[in-house]
Amino acid sequence: MTYTVRKFDAVVVGAGGAGLRAALQLSESGLKTAVLTKVFPTRSHTVAAQGGVAASLGNSEEDNWHWHMYDTVKGSDWLGDQDAIEFMCRQANQAVVELEHYGMPFDRVDNGKIYQRPFGGHMSNFGEKPVRRSCAAADRTGHAMLHALYQRNIKVNTQFFVEWQALDLIRDADGEVLGVVAMDMETSEVVAFHAKATIFATGGAGRVYYSSTNAFINTGDGLGMAARAGIPLEDMEFWQFHPTGVAGAGVLITEGVRGEGGILRNADGERFMERYAPNAKDLASRDVVSRSMLTEINEGRGAGPYKDYVYLDLTHLDPQVILKRLPSIHEIGIQFAGVDCLKEYIPVVPTCHYQMGGIPTNRFGQVVVTKGDDLSSPVPGFYAAGECACASVHGANRLGTNSLLDLLVFGKSSGEAAVASIRENVKAHKPLPVDAIEKSLARLDRLNTQKGGSNVHETRVLMQRTMQKHAGVFRFSQLLKEGVDKILEVAQAVACTEIQDKSKVFNTARIEALELDNLIEVAKATMISAEARKESRGAHVRDDAHDTLETPDGRDDKNWLKHTLWHRDGNRLDYKPVQMKPLSVATIDLKKRTY
Amino acid sequence: MTTPLAMRTYHFKIYRYDPDKDAKPYMQDISVECDPMDKKLLDAMVKLKAKDDSLSFRRSCREGVCGSDAMNINGKNGLACLTDLAAFPEGKPIVLRPLPGLPVVRDLIVDMTQFFKQYLSIKPYLVNDDPLPERERLQSPEDREELNGLYECIMCACCTTACPSFWWNPDKFVGPAGLLAAYRFIADTRDQATNERLDNLEDPYRLFRCHTIMNCVDVCPKGLNPTKAIGKIKEMLVQRAV
Repeated sequence: MTYTVRKFDAVVVGAGGAGLRAALQLSESGLKTAVLTKVFPTRSHTVAAQGGVAASLGNSEEDNWHWHMYDTVKGSDWLGDQDAIEFMCRQANQAVVELEHYGMPFDRVDNGKIYQRPFGGHMSNFGEKPVRRSCAAADRTGHAMLHALYQRNIKVNTQFFVEWQALDLIRDADGEVLGVVAMDMETSEVVAFHAKATIFATGGAGRVYYSSTNAFINTGDGLGMAARAGIPLEDMEFWQFHPTGVAGAGVLITEGVRGEGGILRNADGERFMERYAPNAKDLASRDVVSRSMLTEINEGRGAGPYKDYVYLDLTHLDPQVILKRLPSIHEIGIQFAGVDCLKEYIPVVPTCHYQMGGIPTNRFGQVVVTKGDDLSSPVPGFYAAGECACASVHGANRLGTNSLLDLLVFGKSSGEAAVASIRENVKAHKPLPVDAIEKSLARLDRLNTQKGGSNVHETRVLMQRTMQKHAGVFRFSQLLKEGVDKILEVAQAVACTEIQDKSKVFNTARIEALELDNLIEVAKATMISAEARKESRGAHVRDDAHDTLETPDGRDDKNWLKHTLWHRDGNRLDYKPVQMKPLSVATIDLKKRTY
Repeated sequence: MTTPLAMRTYHFKIYRYDPDKDAKPYMQDISVECDPMDKKLLDAMVKLKAKDDSLSFRRSCREGVCGSDAMNINGKNGLACLTDLAAFPEGKPIVLRPLPGLPVVRDLIVDMTQFFKQYLSIKPYLVNDDPLPERERLQSPEDREELNGLYECIMCACCTTACPSFWWNPDKFVGPAGLLAAYRFIADTRDQATNERLDNLEDPYRLFRCHTIMNCVDVCPKGLNPTKAIGKIKEMLVQRAV
């Protein structure tokens, strides 16, 4: 059959922070670049990041990248690759300074430099005490960043395809990636974007859980597309539950609140984090704080009519500080919790927030797979950056403010790698395989003709509730086992979803069904990887991993200091070693993680 | 332990139009039962869509920062995700229409091309041709404060599509959102293109079609004040002339 093919040097999928940063690299180099995005760029979920971006600028007190690196490795519970982490932390200052040059309206300190605040897990002098490392624009850092990046892209004339839904990766028989198939949401036209380099910056999949800080659009589209094209997904058992989602609504309350001095309290008013993390207290890393909160709730010290949340207390802070540094939190408290945080506590619960795993990449943003003896062989033409990718810098638990840093650093490095590869190696477009768009068309055709199928909304809720119950903050071996069976059952329902709306014009029912196709891949990867990992590490904590001398807090370095790789084909798992060797400094040695 | 949930049924009149099958737009009567966990209009709309999957609207962050779910709610522009369900009076249907003044693509989804064209026309990026310093440019906290109330715009288009001047001249009048963005760069001490920016706006239509009707201020879900920003640009033009 005939179809439209559009040729570009490079195609970027996604226009959040990572996609926009990658696009700058490509556009500025003069390559013909298309950025596909299912929402207008400034509606991407980077916009919702609040508290800041990490960089050891040292504007208010002494800091350096090596301390930042140490904190990130420790925060990752040693599952992060130390080469990628060193790279990221060393690039951080430049990444932030570039944003300032683009016009990002950072807050300032009296000497005119960028304002920095403390954040969870970021310490000075290798874990000694909290340090001011988070560069912030009030509590709207993501908004300010995303708009500045979009504006810079306008300046360099990046070509956007707005409200285009990417459907599938085009990968030929040699395993090379030659672009993506995408659909114009306004007309339902399906087009093949033929490219020498394809960069995925599709964001996370937080909507796989029932209660999430994430936007509706965070449906793991890049992960689904990669998995269907035979690319494994790495470390998908590791999901971050942010300590402070508004109870009930799930809306994020930045850790910056605790950075500015906010305190968590149980129903008795006790500052309970002092018991769990005597040094860092409320600024311990997120996995630790979330578990402490749930332990308080599980032991009956939760607040509210059902004793199912704890309090975030800002009432002792100077109201002027709150209104200046945390204005959106004040608004969110009123809008979504019905409380004025100047005078009242905010009810909060741990809420699904961030996916540490993703499409496996190296520090250049190249997607890597196992090829013979090479465990990290780049897939020609394919790059990924930001939350959809796993470099891996976050390992088993991400530190706050490292996500905005990740998307800047790896957005840029993936763009640079794509530019270099196109300039040096790829002179002409490799021909598309004859069946380039067949799989996408078959999926659309199935959806359009399905009769007596499953309801998209109900199936999605079933998946989300299953994930919430079977793969939450605390994990139980029995629940994980059952969870695998249940998620595979849900996957069967996803395979026969039915929509009533068959219109060609901006059909959001169809988009939601296609998004569910992607979410279910993430759900399977998560549940199966989590069931298999028989230890506790970072955000993955299970009941049958015991605290012993050899396995402190259930972490089993002898058997499980390795990355999981989930393959969609047959739900097969294999593993690859963690890169313990940094680029220039000594390995940060394994030790028990305390805050 | 569990208390029975106080359910409430909400009745809607919603503008519907699918050019693929409808000869002309119509108003659909539809209701949905909500529980106390459904706090915002968007929560009810998600439930409506579960009932009738053809109902089409944009939405993303559901917390008022992405600007996707702007629509006309009981005659006034606003974000569905920041509109309290409980505030709607009982017994009267909630009337939902697409943002006025832009072409309708389908149902509550409008074609925002003209809105973004106006935004692009003010060159919405920092212009500074000085050699780049190795570190950040310095800016005093006071100078940075000048950007407050300007940079927070989420480009939802509530303001611009509530402005009669934009309705009459969408191709010529920049509109409140675009002008707010223009002043955001004029007010930035790091930007060096103030004169060019003022030149770009010194025009009977682009800026001066603002007649301070102030609908923009009235509807902005972020509490911003485009009229004030427009007033400052006008003032600068006057000062420049004398």
